[in-house]
Amino acid sequence: MRFSQATGRRLISGVPTLWLLVLFLIPFVIVFRISFSEVRLAIPPYTPLFSWRHGALHFEAHWSAYSFLFTDPLYVSSYLYSLKVAAVSTLCCLLIGYPMAYAIAHARPATRPLLLMLIVLPFWTSFLLRVYAWIGLLKNNGLINNALLYLGVIHEPLALLQTDFAVYIGIVYSYLPFMILPLYSNLEKHDAALLEAAADLGARPLRAFLAVTLPQSLPGIAAGSLLVFIPAVGEYVIPTLLGRTDQLMIGRVLSDEFFENRDWPVASAVAIVILLLLVLPILLFQRVERRQLESAQ
Amino acid sequence: MSTEAPAPAPVPRPAASAADSAYVRISDVSKKFGDFSAVDHVSLDIRRGEIFCLLGGSGSGKTTLLRMLAGFETPTTGTIEIDGQRLNGVPPYERPVNMMFQSYALFPHMSVERNVGFGLEQEHLGRDAVRRQVGEILEIVKMSGYGARKPHQLSGGQRQRVALARALVKRPKLLLLDEPLAALDRKLREHTQFELLNIQQRLGVTFIVVTHDQEEAMTLGTRLGVMNQGRIVQVGTPADIYESPATRFVADFIGSVNMFAGEVCENGAAGLCIRSADLGCTVRAARAPAGLSGAGVWTAIRPEKIQIAREAHPGEAAGENLTRGTVSEIAYMGDMSIYLVRLDSGSMVRVTLPNVRRGTERPIAREERVWLSWHGSSPVVLTE
Repeated sequence: MRFSQATGRRLISGVPTLWLLVLFLIPFVIVFRISFSEVRLAIPPYTPLFSWRHGALHFEAHWSAYSFLFTDPLYVSSYLYSLKVAAVSTLCCLLIGYPMAYAIAHARPATRPLLLMLIVLPFWTSFLLRVYAWIGLLKNNGLINNALLYLGVIHEPLALLQTDFAVYIGIVYSYLPFMILPLYSNLEKHDAALLEAAADLGARPLRAFLAVTLPQSLPGIAAGSLLVFIPAVGEYVIPTLLGRTDQLMIGRVLSDEFFENRDWPVASAVAIVILLLLVLPILLFQRVERRQLESAQ
Repeated sequence: MSTEAPAPAPVPRPAASAADSAYVRISDVSKKFGDFSAVDHVSLDIRRGEIFCLLGGSGSGKTTLLRMLAGFETPTTGTIEIDGQRLNGVPPYERPVNMMFQSYALFPHMSVERNVGFGLEQEHLGRDAVRRQVGEILEIVKMSGYGARKPHQLSGGQRQRVALARALVKRPKLLLLDEPLAALDRKLREHTQFELLNIQQRLGVTFIVVTHDQEEAMTLGTRLGVMNQGRIVQVGTPADIYESPATRFVADFIGSVNMFAGEVCENGAAGLCIRSADLGCTVRAARAPAGLSGAGVWTAIRPEKIQIAREAHPGEAAGENLTRGTVSEIAYMGDMSIYLVRLDSGSMVRVTLPNVRRGTERPIAREERVWLSWHGSSPVVLTE
């Protein structure tokens, strides 16, 4: 039996569609539904949206989970804190990652694979292990404090662990490759003749970079920033292990609601609001991407 | 204050004519990449207002020389001067030189207007001045009305014009053009070639054109410099180079040529006499370098300077500038025909004949026996 071309195409696009349907859309609908329920002591621990009572179908949706998010300042402050941490980390990743990506893209072609390999190398070790390693480095009698004490730079250990600083270090360290790789793949495609043309027309190197390289690398900056920003907002492991105890990030709040409080509706509402916060930058990114594609044609 | 103002140093001003004949002076310039000499002791004087074509195959060093003029490469030795200003160590962004890139290198994210205005913006000219000058130059290259377009919205020919406008808008002392017509199709090329000449004459800017296309070099250039293996082999007008090539390489590189080894048998008032076994006759060349003798010379005869006929003309001296052969191939090109003739000695000769008349009565056919003859002024005698 032979497939027609259209059938083949449908088959190929059908598999990922099915994947997204089963593993993303259906769970999302379930979470969305739960967020409009109320807690009850039962299994499952929430009220159903639809129920049969006295021979009639009842529909019962509650806003309470959402209104609760905005009455308790814990949630709002956790959201804002998460956005702030993600934004600052993304900016740090960009400031550190851009020069690195630029240097790799301008390295000799023979050494580029080696440099890229070094960027990806940390992924060969467990993420959890690498974050734990930072505890060893940052704690009061850790490597950094001991070294500074030994050198006489400080006289008592700095409180590095359980600070914002530690969270930034952890996130920037963990997510830097996600910034560098898309930036590199963008910068590597730049036409060297364009920079020569800019120099030829009288632009000094910094001017040429700002006028030619930077605008053309915007899609790379956007891709890298989203790849860092989105997971950083919902980051759970890094702030839990390295971060403050008095200010939680939203990922931790969500987990606590779910496992500690067993408040599934509020946990679901927290998740839905995170999603809404993140959909905005994604749509923005897609618009930039589309414009880029149009001008490339 | 007791500090004395230093007396202004007298600026050496060479005579106008000298400055014009060596407006761009390349003195003993070499460029080495590792062990490889891309440019090998090149000295060249370029006149003000001329179009100088650097012609050579790939790897001849012509592009490297151009990039040294632009400042993208530093010469290993030697100096480059433009209008009396030494350019060694001057970065590209401070040179009075602009370049039109082979790929055009237009900034893809900028409109035509901003591309062309980019160079002026670097000089911190006012917005109005930039707009006015951009408008003027776009008018000259016939691209007014396209200012708001992005490069990807233009055709190849339009992009070429924008690239030219961008390189000319700062009125550089020297404009470098890297294969300016290579990316255009044949019809557009011919048209653009003449337009380029027109614009150059209007603005009076000195052009240096790098090309591997001899036809392009011949039509564009006031003078050509033929390069081979990093060296300048010959400099001259297109006619000089075509009619009096200095070496076998030049003769072979520019146009097609029939080349035969031979030995000098007589060198006197009646010209030079060369006996060539390959040709199967003696060549008498009216013009030849004096004092030549012995073996190891070559005669080069252009295909269009050879007559082909069924019968020998009665006036021709027997055995001199006259040989016999059999037509082995004929290629009809429309405006002319190419005949490949196998001489009795076995070597092949290429002859081109313009098709002056429509439908000749009895054209020379394949396998016909023919006489080949040429005028005494046609052969070029070469020693290297």
